[in-house]
Amino acid sequence: MNEKQKKLSGGWLFLALVAALYIASSFFSGGLVRNSLAQFAELIKRIAPVLLFVFALIYCFNLFVNPKVISKYLGSRKGISGWLVSISGGIISMGAIYMWYPLLTDLREKGMNDAFITTFLYNRAVKIQLLPFLMHYFGLTFTIVVTAYMIIFSVINGILVDKLMDL
Amino acid sequence: MHLSTKNLKQAGQRTWRNFITAIPIIIGVFLLIGFIDTLVPKEFYARAFSGIPIVDALVGALIGSISAGHPITSYIIGGELLNQGVSMVAVVAFILCWVTVGVIQLPAESSMLGKKYAILRNGVAFISAIAMAVLIVLTLGIL
Repeated sequence: MNEKQKKLSGGWLFLALVAALYIASSFFSGGLVRNSLAQFAELIKRIAPVLLFVFALIYCFNLFVNPKVISKYLGSRKGISGWLVSISGGIISMGAIYMWYPLLTDLREKGMNDAFITTFLYNRAVKIQLLPFLMHYFGLTFTIVVTAYMIIFSVINGILVDKLMDL
Repeated sequence: MHLSTKNLKQAGQRTWRNFITAIPIIIGVFLLIGFIDTLVPKEFYARAFSGIPIVDALVGALIGSISAGHPITSYIIGGELLNQGVSMVAVVAFILCWVTVGVIQLPAESSMLGKKYAILRNGVAFISAIAMAVLIVLTLGIL
């Protein structure tokens, strides 16, 4: 079984396990399963347009991006532009984190290193559109300090994970 | 760049393979999030803190790590916890782990990016969240 088939099987096995959890729970609490499914439906409804957008983006990447471009912008371990692209890409990216895994897997195959992948994923937690919520609860100073620390630590996380992966 | 029918078709085939690989994982994660959101009452989070800042930071980080859902939920719960007297360092660790560590997503991340990578990334993010929580509270104390 090749790597792609393993990934495929792993994904369906994971879904089967979650489905089994729902089926088992339905014997004890039908209400829990109904409410969970309602939450699930709500999530799908909210995320579906973003999911479509992400896969359209993946298609564009598959069409236009080649290893040379990736190595130029993201593949270089020393390139400042790679860090900036990873940080800004993570901040402006939309949707749930796991929707980006296929794209990042693809980019890794094309030369993106783990430091930039980690920095990108970390900056997905910095959401410009959600900052008013953070300001509402914690104030402007807190929001600025937290955001600045998150961007700085995204780079530290990237470097650390990349080094640890090489051990 | 020249866009031939062959290029368009190849890109489509690769995207379809990405989609087929990702879709069961995405649906599985959504189902799990729906389940945990329903199962865990919001009051659980307030009861879990002790009052000792460093212990609360660790508890906050642990709860944030195993929680799943929209970041707004973590801001709302974090704000409420602060109102109930939970220390700022615990609340910050909780929010940071909620948005940067994903135990629920770990199977999906492992499947797509590799088990070693997923464990390392989440582990480093967990430790970072506690360190950042302390640094953020210290910085806010100076400002």
